[in-house]
Amino acid sequence: MAKGLVIIDEDRCKGCSLCVVACPHQVLRLANDRFNAKGYRPVERANPKSCVGCATCATVCPDVVFTVYRRKRKSKRAAAAAA
Amino acid sequence: MAQMEMIKIPKDMGLVYEKPKSLTDAHTHYCPGCTHGTIHRLVAEVLDELGVREQTIGIAPVGCAVLAYKYFNVDMAEAAHGRAPAMATGLKRVSQDKVVFTYQGDGDLASIGIGEIIQVGNRGESFTTIFVNNAIYGMTGGQMAPTTLPGQVTTSSPRGRDVETAGFPIKMAELMAVLPGVDYVTRQSVLDARGVRRTKKAIKLAFQTQLAGLGFSIVEIISTCCTNWRMGPQESLDWAKEYMVPYFPLGDTKMSDAVKGLKGGK
Amino acid sequence: MAKELIEGNAAIAEAAIRAGLEAYYGYPITPQTEILEHLAERMPEEKGRVFLQAESEVAAINMVYGAASAGVRTMSSSSSPGISLMQEGISYIACSEVPVVLINIMRGGPGLGNVQPSQADYFQAVKTAGHGDFHMIVLAPSNVQEAIDHVVLAFDLADKYRTIAMVVADGAIGQMMEPAELPPMRPLRRPEDRPSWALTGAKGRAPNLINSLYLGAENLEVINLHLQAKLKKIAENEVRWKEYETEDADVLLVAFGTVGRVCQSVVREAREKGIKVGLLRPVTLWPYPSVPLTRLAQQVRGMLVVEMNAGQMLEDVRLAVEGRCPVEFYGRMGGPIPLPDEILAELEKVDAGLASKEEA
Repeated sequence: MAKGLVIIDEDRCKGCSLCVVACPHQVLRLANDRFNAKGYRPVERANPKSCVGCATCATVCPDVVFTVYRRKRKSKRAAAAAA
Repeated sequence: MAQMEMIKIPKDMGLVYEKPKSLTDAHTHYCPGCTHGTIHRLVAEVLDELGVREQTIGIAPVGCAVLAYKYFNVDMAEAAHGRAPAMATGLKRVSQDKVVFTYQGDGDLASIGIGEIIQVGNRGESFTTIFVNNAIYGMTGGQMAPTTLPGQVTTSSPRGRDVETAGFPIKMAELMAVLPGVDYVTRQSVLDARGVRRTKKAIKLAFQTQLAGLGFSIVEIISTCCTNWRMGPQESLDWAKEYMVPYFPLGDTKMSDAVKGLKGGK
Repeated sequence: MAKELIEGNAAIAEAAIRAGLEAYYGYPITPQTEILEHLAERMPEEKGRVFLQAESEVAAINMVYGAASAGVRTMSSSSSPGISLMQEGISYIACSEVPVVLINIMRGGPGLGNVQPSQADYFQAVKTAGHGDFHMIVLAPSNVQEAIDHVVLAFDLADKYRTIAMVVADGAIGQMMEPAELPPMRPLRRPEDRPSWALTGAKGRAPNLINSLYLGAENLEVINLHLQAKLKKIAENEVRWKEYETEDADVLLVAFGTVGRVCQSVVREAREKGIKVGLLRPVTLWPYPSVPLTRLAQQVRGMLVVEMNAGQMLEDVRLAVEGRCPVEFYGRMGGPIPLPDEILAELEKVDAGLASKEEA
């Protein structure tokens, strides 16, 4: 299971590709089968399993396309308490 | 309506990043890849983190960011070209409890407005200026700016900027640093993720300078203009890294002891 | 010279070069930036000329003041907010009587406004160009060819009277492309032909002074009397206007610039409908063609002034008419260009109103 998940607001995207280049795990690509309401090819998750939720995409995106989630790391103490 | 995907978020995932509240929902008019969008977002994130959105007043320039008032979810004013620092002076002095910032491009700040920004630094006005330097006049179609590089082709320097007739690019951070009223001036860039994160830290420290009641704070940010540079978004970032950064050195040009104290405390 | 398809702004810039423009100082502002860009490209191609993008319009007008003081043909261009910035400089230039040509490609206002066409700078150009008692010669082209011709005329009039000549067009004329003929290239003024009052170095003569400071009430009054006498001479000799089908008109349209051009179509269409309408299109806004208007006021039942503003030239029409006939107004503000059918509808209303008044 992927560690991270990015939610994409497709209609905000202008197809600039900065996120595609910046993502350290090649998670993203521009869609080649559709255009968004603005007429751009929006970003999509090509490779969601590789996402680690580092939010580099959100960091470089000029258009606030991304909402980023990451699996919460259970602390050792919490794991011990649960046990 | 925003086309947010309907995806079930796994229960064991937590939110890492979402759109800051200090940005409106409006889609910006900026070109694809324009760093204005990124910088707007950073300012908004900082306002959110400092919890000052409702006491913030921003002043928009004349330039591509003339419509910045559509994007910042705070009280805003539109200044005449280059006069935002004067307007901010008038406003902040009667609203000492408010957080006031100007957001200006290189034409607005370093050309027509250069007198205003120098005097604001000289008086040590207690507001913050975000200075977006992309070495060109974007909104009016790509003319030479005060920060256009020697040899750079623009529509009003069609043979490349000739320093003999048009002078040299202006290093605003260094110019402002000379003034005792300036407590914090830094030059950052948003040309990669690392630069973006550093710029955010700088913007935060600039606003903290204001909140501490200190003197003038200004963050110069090396930025791009894909359309008028005639380059793609990533290509523009790379060009700026290769040609602008060597001319406009990055780093804290001036940080008074008071601001150092703030930074240390952080 | 042959006609070529040319953009208004580019035509204005090129016409200035052909008229012997030696120094241009300007600043980007929509919708006239193409003038700056054309000159950036072309001025270095012609020997002995200077181009500089100034840091602001305030700087630009003062650079123009400097070049004009040296006795060369010089020009700046801007649009409404930028002209506002130039007003201090304009006043200095007018008082010190150095010849200058200015171009205002008017846009919507007030304030930052928008970049759409407008005629709302009429008061600014004609009445309040800057502080103090003076007037610029103001020319109002209605198409690209006229814009070219007016630029050349502006340089000649500015030199003839040692005054400012401003060409006011609007964003529509600046941006449109039309077939037009450019004038032949005039040679640059030779240094030895610079005027005797110019600042060229006091070699073998008493020093010259370019100045607008005259301390003492009587001193400044003398200057003002002199300026007024000059303006009187300009008013006597340089009024220009065009009349369309006014000989038998019983209602008159009055409009300038782009609206004047639209009204030419309105006259045609209205006549087809049996309305005996004529058009007076001022070409100089200052000096204003009051004399023909006063004449026509005795002939027509009424007038309709059409402008892209809230009613500015309207006041000068009413002054000229001196109450002899009703003067109505139709205007659009902020950018919309009134179209022929819209003006025609208004004209029909006015015409009907005038007819019923007569019957009453």
